[in-house]
Formats: sequence, C-alpha cells, structure tokens
Amino acid sequence: MRGTPIFFYIFVMWLLIIAGGALIVPIIAHISIHGFGKTDNLIDSAVKASIAIMLVVIWILIMSKIKNWIFHKQINH
Amino acid sequence: MLDRTIIAILISAVAFVTVYAITPSLIKVLTKKNMVVKDYNKEVATVVARPGGPSILAGILASEFILYVFFPSPQILAIIITTTLAFLVGLADDRKVLGGWFKPLALAASALPIILLGAYAPPHLAFPLFGSVKIPELYLALIVIIIPVMGNTINSIDVLNGVASGFMTIASFALTICLVIVHNYDVALASLPLGFVSLAFYKYHKIPSKIFPGDSGALTLGAMYGTLSIVGHVEILAAIALLPAVINSFLFLSSVKRIIEHRQIKANPTVLTEDFKLMASTDKSAPITLVRLILANGPLTEKQVGFVIFRLALFSAALAIITSFMMEIKL
Repeated sequence: MRGTPIFFYIFVMWLLIIAGGALIVPIIAHISIHGFGKTDNLIDSAVKASIAIMLVVIWILIMSKIKNWIFHKQINH
Repeated sequence: MLDRTIIAILISAVAFVTVYAITPSLIKVLTKKNMVVKDYNKEVATVVARPGGPSILAGILASEFILYVFFPSPQILAIIITTTLAFLVGLADDRKVLGGWFKPLALAASALPIILLGAYAPPHLAFPLFGSVKIPELYLALIVIIIPVMGNTINSIDVLNGVASGFMTIASFALTICLVIVHNYDVALASLPLGFVSLAFYKYHKIPSKIFPGDSGALTLGAMYGTLSIVGHVEILAAIALLPAVINSFLFLSSVKRIIEHRQIKANPTVLTEDFKLMASTDKSAPITLVRLILANGPLTEKQVGFVIFRLALFSAALAIITSFMMEIKL
C-alpha cells in the first residue's frame, strides 16, 4: 500500500509520545523546589522548562534519526 | 443531557448550513473582485477564488455564539476571540505577503485571550497511562506556542485541492470523540462546529476546487483546533490526531532548516508529468514534504495523493481515540 513507511513513522511517533509521558510525568511531576522565598514558583518552572526543552530536543533528534532510517530509500530517490 | 443533545444538533446544523450557504456567494464576490489564484496542478489553466476564510469564520462564529447564549463560559469566549484574531492574521497575510516570522508572532499574540480569560485552568498537561503534570508558569508558555504551531501546521498541509478541509474534518471529529471519552462534554460540544464547518467547506474545496481557504481559512481552522485542545485539556490527543500534518511540518523544517514561507521555496517538491500526474521532484534542493514522500514510489493523481493523506489522517485519528481510552488508565 502506498505510504506504508509513513504509517509506520506515525506509529513510531505515537509510541514516542507515550514514552515521553513515561519520562515527563515521573520526572517533572515530582520536582518541587523550595527555599527561595517568592521566587520558588519561578525557579521551579524554569527547572521544569529546562527538562522539558531537553526532552523535546532529544525527541526531535530521535525522530530525525528514525526519519532517515525509515525514509532512506525515498530521500535518496 | 437532552438539552446538550438538542444544542449539539442545533449548532452543528448552523455551522454546516452557514458555510454551505455563504461559500457560493463568497466565490462569486471573490471572482468578481479578481481575488483568484492559479491552480497549478490542472490540465487546463484554472483560476480559483481565494480566500475562503470569511465563510469558515462565519460558520464558526454563528454556531459558537449560539452555544455561548445557552452555555456561557470563558472557554467558548476564548474560542471565539482567539479564532477571530487568527483569522485576522491570516486575512492580513492573504491581502499582503508578510514575513516568515510575522505569522508565528501574531498567532502567539492571538493566544493571549485564552490566558486573560483564564480559560485554560487548571494548568496541567495530561498524559496517557501516567497521569498529569502541574506546570503553572510553563503551561502559559505552552499556550502561546500551541496556537502558532497548530495554525501553521494546518496551513502547511493546505497544498492540494481539498486536503486542508478534508484533513481538518477527520481530525476535528476525532477530537470531539476524544473529548467525549475523557468526559469533557462542554468542550466536546464547542468542538462540533469545527468538524461541520470543515465538512461544509470541503464540498467546495474538494477536487476540482472552487475556492481555496487561504491563510485566513487555514489559520482559523488551526487556531480553533489549538484552542479546543487547550481549553479541553487534550493537548496530547490533539497532537496525535494531527500527526500527518506534524510530520509534514517536521520534514519541511528539517530539510530547509529555518522558518520560511512555502512561497519562498525556490525548488518545488513535486513536478507535473506529461499526463498531469504529480511526481516527486528529483531536485536535491527541493524540501522533503509529506506529498513528496507519498510520491517517492511513483506518480499519482492529485486526487489519489489526497486520499493517501486522508488514510493517514484516519490512522492518526484512530490512534488519538485509542490514546483517549488510555487516559482513563493510570499505571
């Protein structure tokens, strides 16, 4: 069927989203920073944001590698 | 529940009939004003009216205002205002070509009513199987990012006759089903007009197109979809239903490596064969897109490519619905 590698790519993306939840929820949800007074919330968010951005960058890199692997023939074509 | 069912039928009918009835008049007005563009993939030189955004917005506003009268809530107000602002951004781009960064920034500003009205509360991101994460400040940043991303994602898939409206019909009905599964009935109700507006517009947008949505239409659809995902707390499910379009944007950005408008691309990702089929370009400088990958194994007609994209949309919609059932399970 036409587009089979794309169906596979979508499926892999979906699995990575589920796996992302498995990483984000236990890590980010349990972070709670105290001891900085009024800036607690801000620092807490900054740390969470940094982890989230790092995970997104890793996710993009993995997707890029998988893209090259799945669509190797098509891209070369 | 009976009240909700009657209102659901009413707003769905209003959304569908408004677009269905207004669009032919809009086509006439646009054609009369010479607001037409060339449809490049046709055997005979054809011009098509553009933009169809006004009729799409009319359908959305008519139905959402009725819903607001019966069930006033900041969520519906946020949907109305953000969608209208995104439409204005798109209309500005339809009238005058704007820079590559203008649209994302203007769309980010369109997301502000969601924050100002507090329509996003509580600020958490729900994941399947593992629960949700409370991210108060980070969630505000996420809101400002989601609207431009969703808007531009829908805009980037508007490449062939009927694809954007057909794709949105599938994705938005999937989103409605997901909202029902996660028991968010109020936002599910508010999401119905998006599916029916897209379906009614598809009637005129399908191959051979009589009208193109333009940036105003595509951004209106994308921004409303994004707003629904935020106020309904189904951001992850909405992203899954949109995966083929996300892949298209991802492939495009990873091959051009910067944010630019499609019209700025010099090498076209597809070319026309002698028998007017679409074929993947062999030009190495051409960006990799979803359509180019679909055509990698050989030429197809525009209609066939559209149906492959719809099959991918149905597959993603099924994954989103499966994931919404997984939201109910906590490991």
